[in-house]
Amino acid sequence: MTITKNTDNPSGFTQKLHLDKHISKRFNEELEQVRTLVMNMGKLVEQQVNDGLTSVLTADAKLAEKVIERDQKVNAMELEIDEYCTHILARRQPAASDLRLLVSVIKSITDLERMGDEAVKFGRNAIKLARGNFAEEEGARPLVELKHLGKHVSESVHKALTAYAQMDVEAALEIIKNDDIVDEEFDNISRLLVTKMMENPREIKNALRVTWCARALERIGDHTTNLCEYIVYLVEGKDVRHGNMNQINLNNKSK
Amino acid sequence: MNNIDLIVNETTAVKLDQLEFADTVGNIYADDAKMTIRGANVFYGEKQAIHNVSLDLAKNQVTALIGPSGCGKSTFLRCLNRMNDTIDTCRITGELMLDNENIYAKALDPVLLRARVGMVFQKPNPFPKSIYDNVAYGARIHGLTNNKAELDEIVETSLQKAGLFNEVKDRLKDPGTGLSGGQQQRLCIARTIAVSPEVILMDEPASALDPIATAIIEELIDELKNKYTIAIVTHSMQQAARVSQHTAYFHMGKLVEMGKTEDIFTRPSHKLTENYITGRFG
Repeated sequence: MTITKNTDNPSGFTQKLHLDKHISKRFNEELEQVRTLVMNMGKLVEQQVNDGLTSVLTADAKLAEKVIERDQKVNAMELEIDEYCTHILARRQPAASDLRLLVSVIKSITDLERMGDEAVKFGRNAIKLARGNFAEEEGARPLVELKHLGKHVSESVHKALTAYAQMDVEAALEIIKNDDIVDEEFDNISRLLVTKMMENPREIKNALRVTWCARALERIGDHTTNLCEYIVYLVEGKDVRHGNMNQINLNNKSK
Repeated sequence: MNNIDLIVNETTAVKLDQLEFADTVGNIYADDAKMTIRGANVFYGEKQAIHNVSLDLAKNQVTALIGPSGCGKSTFLRCLNRMNDTIDTCRITGELMLDNENIYAKALDPVLLRARVGMVFQKPNPFPKSIYDNVAYGARIHGLTNNKAELDEIVETSLQKAGLFNEVKDRLKDPGTGLSGGQQQRLCIARTIAVSPEVILMDEPASALDPIATAIIEELIDELKNKYTIAIVTHSMQQAARVSQHTAYFHMGKLVEMGKTEDIFTRPSHKLTENYITGRFG
């Protein structure tokens, strides 16, 4: 693995966590490298989600193929970062914020990889949908709804990655709160598609495919929420998983 | 004494420019304290080495004292069994209590105190005597027994508690200095245990030992805590994380932060603690 040296121009992330303040310069570089790798993986996953969604909405089988193919790159990145983190744990025995950084990275990349898998589901369904004419007739309305949900989830993914890059706890908490909207919209699409299926049983297959895509979006939303929870843990050392927001709220009040 | 002032709520944010003079953050109190120290100051002549340190040593638990060289952690440890009495210029103020008894009270005999609060040093320092006599020495001078059979019993159980008996049972008459470094350190621990102390102070007990001997000593500390209250000074943060239940971080003669070991090593409250345990320059 090549280590890129960019300690001359530390990011907001680096400054906030003082990643460049270790006595061991090599350790600084290793942690910076982990962070860079995760950001790269995040960018790739974001692209996968967006391309996957576009392939469904535009019935673009070629783009869908590309998304399916690129998932291997996402998987490879997960393995690479995992191994890199293991090496750092073994050699440096990190503590406190360094330890929290590595724990959050190891957990984040699992969620990113699963988001990548959901993007592949878009791709598979897009290829099948492209063979029929669902988009033009029966599917117009559901696809508009899907586009709407997709836009919301895609924005959340982007915001989460930005929050991660800037260690922005406030932004992360905001995204966690907004996940309810995604769940609501998912329910709306489901209801609409059930109606479509009852009206025209010949389109059940395609309607189910759109349902699966909506389901994939809903899952991506959940993984995004997880990413935001790891940001809170990394910066504040507090665990807000499973709706455990109490400690954050209480602490903010006491300040 | 206003002890409450020493406690800053865990969640209180500490501003960077206040760090140098901030009071202790975290929690210095133990539910069941064996020793309670309140407002301890130590002076060497004009120079003050320890500033207003207050903390509890929890009974039957291990408390690790960590911090950079010269931060006062060893000086503080040595106050706990009056080892500093031998230094003429050394002056100590504050309340240092062992089971609600002031250990600096005039009526208290330091020799008897040191039987109750034993110490193990960085370098193994067995007497130039046999293994048996090393362990029996304390019991003899404190007059614990004159009976040979009882003395044998004390020596055997002490060596067993120190995890050394099986290795030396056939050569108890051999000189203690002939043992390996790790064995010598365990011999010193056996010697400390032989006088039935209540508290054991350890000043970097494993820093002169190889990793295997270190692991054996750490395992031993974990067992000993069931019977004794232990305070350990160590330069190895991993060792503090492994063996202790409570960790106190010293910096320039002040107690900066104290808390549960798992909290100190995952989410320390104070920037100075964070910088030290993660190897950052502060």
